Amino acid sequence: MDYTIKIGGEAGQGIQTIGDTLARVFSRTGYHVFTHQDYESRIRGGHNFFQIRFSDKPVMSSRKKIDILVALDKESIPLHEKELSESGQIIYDSASLKQKYDKPQFLDIPFVNLAVEHGGNKIMANTVATGAVLGMLGMELGILLGIIKDIFGKKGEDIIKANGDAAVAGHDFAVKQCITCSFSAAPLAKPRMLIAGIDSIGLGAVASGCKFYSAYPMTPSTGIMNYIAGKGKEYGIIVEQAEDEIAAINMALGASFAGVRAMTGTAGGGFALMVEGLSLAGMTETPIVIALGQRPAPATGFPTRTEQADLNFALYTSHGEFPRVIFAPGTPEQAFYLTNKAFDLAEKYQIPVIIMFDTYLSDSEWTFEGFDVSKLRNTEYRLRGEAMEKLSEYKRHALTESGVSPLAIPGESKNLVVTDSDEHDEEGHIVEDAETRIKMVNKRLFKKLPLIRQEIEPPVLYGDSKPDIVVVGWGSNYGVMRECVDTLSKNVKIAMLHFSEIYPFPSMDKFDYMKILNNAKLTICIENNATGQFARLMRAETGFEFKASINRFDGRPFLLEELLEEIDANIRRL
Amino acid sequence: MPTLDDYKGQTPTWCPGCGNFGILKTFKDTVVELGIEPHQLTVVSGIGQAGKFPHYIKCNTFNGLHGRTLPVATGIRLANHDMLVIAVAGDGDCYGEGGNHLNHAIRRNINVKLFVHDNQIYGLTKGQASPTSMEGMKTKNQPFGVFSEQLNPMALAVALDCSFVARGFAGDMEHLKGLMKEAINHKGFSLVDILQPCVTFNKINTYEWYRQRVYHIEPEYNPENRTEAFKRALEWGDRIPVGIIYRNSRQMLEERIPIIMDKPLVKQLPDLSKLETTLKEFY
Repeated sequence: MDYTIKIGGEAGQGIQTIGDTLARVFSRTGYHVFTHQDYESRIRGGHNFFQIRFSDKPVMSSRKKIDILVALDKESIPLHEKELSESGQIIYDSASLKQKYDKPQFLDIPFVNLAVEHGGNKIMANTVATGAVLGMLGMELGILLGIIKDIFGKKGEDIIKANGDAAVAGHDFAVKQCITCSFSAAPLAKPRMLIAGIDSIGLGAVASGCKFYSAYPMTPSTGIMNYIAGKGKEYGIIVEQAEDEIAAINMALGASFAGVRAMTGTAGGGFALMVEGLSLAGMTETPIVIALGQRPAPATGFPTRTEQADLNFALYTSHGEFPRVIFAPGTPEQAFYLTNKAFDLAEKYQIPVIIMFDTYLSDSEWTFEGFDVSKLRNTEYRLRGEAMEKLSEYKRHALTESGVSPLAIPGESKNLVVTDSDEHDEEGHIVEDAETRIKMVNKRLFKKLPLIRQEIEPPVLYGDSKPDIVVVGWGSNYGVMRECVDTLSKNVKIAMLHFSEIYPFPSMDKFDYMKILNNAKLTICIENNATGQFARLMRAETGFEFKASINRFDGRPFLLEELLEEIDANIRRL
Repeated sequence: MPTLDDYKGQTPTWCPGCGNFGILKTFKDTVVELGIEPHQLTVVSGIGQAGKFPHYIKCNTFNGLHGRTLPVATGIRLANHDMLVIAVAGDGDCYGEGGNHLNHAIRRNINVKLFVHDNQIYGLTKGQASPTSMEGMKTKNQPFGVFSEQLNPMALAVALDCSFVARGFAGDMEHLKGLMKEAINHKGFSLVDILQPCVTFNKINTYEWYRQRVYHIEPEYNPENRTEAFKRALEWGDRIPVGIIYRNSRQMLEERIPIIMDKPLVKQLPDLSKLETTLKEFY
């Protein structure tokens, strides 16, 4: 089984609440779940949707075909009716939409009336709809009632009971009235973890001992600030909403200089404002983690939609030369572990580390067995208290074999911590002489860079180990590419090569992935941008030219059927 | 107890006669007299002649970017509120490039001390108008004279209900020292705008020009009256008041964050024992 449910409606109608609740019901039932959202840059009105795919086998992308459409607005019908699968059903409330549809696949459920009758308030219409979907699927309500209890626990027994009654009303109505419903979703074994990319980054930061997060709200990065702020009290993390992104990165650098792990997050436009601060981190060797959420640009672009067009920006932006690390996780799980690795490398090498994501990864929820806390790297690299007290002298930018100077916390001993955005000597004071300049560039850049490169993991190979066809991608296309490989491998020898650690570009020491590419008949680079930025990076780093490329830049993610068709078209051309 | 020797830094590269020398000497006297050890102090500076200030003393130093002293200082204070954090900036740095940060640092009331070396001109870039240059001042880049109205940092700060607002004069070091001490001892964001003659590029606002105009605010003046403070802040021209113009007892930001009530953030080592419980929230 592999079902897709779409909830369509205006902003403010509660699409996300229904979607989140259903996704949680499915993950607690033991299903594999993948969700994705499509919304406009507005608080009310317009047309948005929330799509949930669930299955008893792993799912990691969205499909074009839908099985149940919950239409909360009239516009949902013409927009999504054609996406319905053969046995698909549309549920709607004719009283709310002020329209009746007589086709067999339409089921009119009085969401509002049932809410008033059974729950006592029309506000519970969405709970009725949620119950109705579960009724159509032939699922029991136990898990939903548990979730209602979790959500409304603080509001008292009456509210919990009213919502429960509303859910039952929707469920029973659907069971009785949906004569053509042929869905079946029996409960599986144990509940799965359900998490979105954006929460994974927030969680990864918390799990890495981040103590300070400063940012200016900007889609799709705001969720990180929300998550960390929610955990601030429990974990002792200060979250400061800065007046602008310039302040955000400079505050984080101040906090990091003062001795705590610090992070900031933004989208492309905000990152543009942070660029001078990025260079400051490079010069002062101050550890910082920057989450960079890509969205379609230039300028304001499509604020709430998805794109992968900031790779060149992240790679090359800044005045001057200094090492940086760039990650682009492909799944929420990768986002969690790579955020941890970002902190580890930032602290170890005293450099800026950028975690690139996009709206698609940010908003999509995935299911996992669980995250393994024992895999986290949380080493303390800073000089504190006694260790610092013991030093007879301390130089913040001391020249060392590795290029990494001891990083001390100001105020912990009589030793002073001095750093400067100007070129500086070992102590951190301004200099003008050529000799020191050369020594410092060697230290900051040439000594550290090879060590950093050794930390970078090669791309993941998935599929055939000696493939004729290799699809290559980075970041959020992991899931959809992998599912394409699963489908196509029935007919061809195909594999995916996915890069989540982008820069320094992975060496061939751990895995000779170039051999895979060189031996393939067809190599396709798949990116959500117009110009093929990753393909260009690959060419610059390795000289390799892809035979084909698939680029999408309409602000929408690749849906499974669409990408399959495009890959297939390339194969047919062979 | 710290001595002046403890604060001996590099030899300044400022022009002979620069107003910055007076500020530097006063600063050293102030921190020594207050018994502040160099490691208990972090000076954050930006770019400009004032930005070089921390290299000419000895203490923890973050010499950052032009205009960005206050966000860095804010981050340091939030991470470690046991640390005395003083931001040193010029008028171009703080009132021009970093103007937005000034507004919000005042609003936050973070306990950072901001000492502005206000010479009403750009020194390091060789003589362009600054936000506090007087209307009509001619420079190479403003050949018809400055058209914009002179920024009044005192009035701006009072308007934003800044916790501590004072003006000093680099040529009146004893008085300036009193202001610096008051600012450091005040709990909350403190702005001290220091009139600083630029002997090379500003031929209008000279030592002589300031000496003829500055007057000490009379002892009976009540700096806690905001309306009176605003009147005093607007005085500029034949008579320029120096002293504490405004002061209030707004709670400072560091006192309002529950997370750091008991001890500074930097002293709280991460406790990740609850991670498994946190992960369960995603099931």
